[in-house]
Amino acid sequence: MISILEVNETNKMIEQENLDVRTITMGISLLDCADSNIDRCCEKIYNKITTYARDLVKIGDDIAHEFCIPIVNKRISITPIAQVGGSCCKTPDDFVKIAHTLDQAAKVLGVNFLGGYSAVVSKGMTRSDELLIRSIPKALAETDLICSSVNVGSTKTGINMDAVRLMGEIIKETAELTKDRNSIGCAKLVVLCNAPDDNPFMAGAFHGVSEADAIINVGVSGPGVVKYALESIRGASFEVLCETIKRTAFKITRVGQLVAQEASKRLNVPFGIIDLSLAPTPAVGDSVADILHEIGLEHAGAPGTTAALAMLNDQVKKGGVMASSYVGGLSGAFIPVSEDQGMINAVMAGALTIEKLEAMTCVCSVGLDMIAIPGDTKASTISGIIADESAIGMINQKTTAVRIIPVIGKSVGDTVEFGGLLGHAPIMPVNQFDCSNFINRSGRIPAPIHSFKN
Amino acid sequence: MKRVIISVLGKDAVGIIAKVCNHLASQNISIMDISQTIIQGYFNMMMIVDMSGATIKLSKLQENMDAIGEEIGVQIKCQREEIFDKMHRI
Repeated sequence: MISILEVNETNKMIEQENLDVRTITMGISLLDCADSNIDRCCEKIYNKITTYARDLVKIGDDIAHEFCIPIVNKRISITPIAQVGGSCCKTPDDFVKIAHTLDQAAKVLGVNFLGGYSAVVSKGMTRSDELLIRSIPKALAETDLICSSVNVGSTKTGINMDAVRLMGEIIKETAELTKDRNSIGCAKLVVLCNAPDDNPFMAGAFHGVSEADAIINVGVSGPGVVKYALESIRGASFEVLCETIKRTAFKITRVGQLVAQEASKRLNVPFGIIDLSLAPTPAVGDSVADILHEIGLEHAGAPGTTAALAMLNDQVKKGGVMASSYVGGLSGAFIPVSEDQGMINAVMAGALTIEKLEAMTCVCSVGLDMIAIPGDTKASTISGIIADESAIGMINQKTTAVRIIPVIGKSVGDTVEFGGLLGHAPIMPVNQFDCSNFINRSGRIPAPIHSFKN
Repeated sequence: MKRVIISVLGKDAVGIIAKVCNHLASQNISIMDISQTIIQGYFNMMMIVDMSGATIKLSKLQENMDAIGEEIGVQIKCQREEIFDKMHRI
């Protein structure tokens, strides 16, 4: 029988420590929507999405109500559009037309975001992939809820440096086209290496070709809960520290598992995975940087940060894996800058630089995330940053990503406000030395050797 | 069996349990367990109830309990039991 103490503990996590389920994301395959006629293709896409996800928001809200647990986002991920629009899109503007259809479907359904305006080009680009990539700036400028991602490398294929070079230019162009809104288009665009097929988190969510027709993936959160748990064991040994993180991660993940199973049952869509993530928000007390502080660092970025983050990430996985029947997605601690007040404070204090963040991405969930940089940063420099991050992912067999925002008209010392969950950020300095001769080489970086496994 | 946990938190006052129980009885909701403590002057109660024979849905019960809570100045939450079971039991 459940005890009053257990009830109080759960409710305290929800009410005071920001425990929530970050997202229920319905993955929908659009492969059967391909058509040689663009209008028919758009119609099929619209109909499939609005039919499959018709009740997503309502059921998400019902579940939240019954358990009294906030479910912050209801989202949709779709087959990378470059694979769907190949036969009917002859120009980037044709793809933009699909983007409008997707945006309209997302708005009608009331979901928060729709991800999958994407291309997977880790080894090479088809004509369709390239057209889609070239359409991204306009698509993101003209829509509100569409998220875009491009996978430019993997451990198995190496890094497609032609795509890396192109993405530097595309990010700049996206920033330029949305400069009246603090270049917000770039906050909806991520460049990945080793992108998973079942990620429920934006902006990198898409429904990979290895997936079923439709699937429910859930992303949990709860950095606040971990931080409060660690407050109660201040000064304890690493053993106690790790056990506490594991136990807390277990509890957080179990809530995600419950919500996922319930959503799957009611929507009549199979349960895919739980993404075990500590996803921060700009709310005070909902910060991964605050956990690092509680572990013993004055600010995120201080010496010891990479070790502390590696340990945190690993314990979250160890606790979470047992709590869920299927784990996938990105799974780990996210370290976005603008979405985490503790990270913002660390940057403001001069403790955290892009280089240190890059080191941190070697041991945690994703990569350089929601980092605002000067608007005059060269495209080749952005490509260089993408190449570095991709190399970390490729060599370490993990997902890495770059979601970087060159805010047009702003420079180091300024801050930028994105609003909502995207938060606000100080403009961070970027290494000024040139890498264009490296970036301008054509072709790809070959796949690395991993002890000749096969 | 549809088990729901009702938790009440707020300043102690006369008749809190009576009000909650009366409403449950009127909707044919049976109480399986009650525990209660007072922590630093705050009334803290938890009930496990069975809603299989209930004449109303959980969402309606939540609405009604919100109204009762407001009337007597306490916070009343009604949650499906599974969230606690999942979190605290392996």
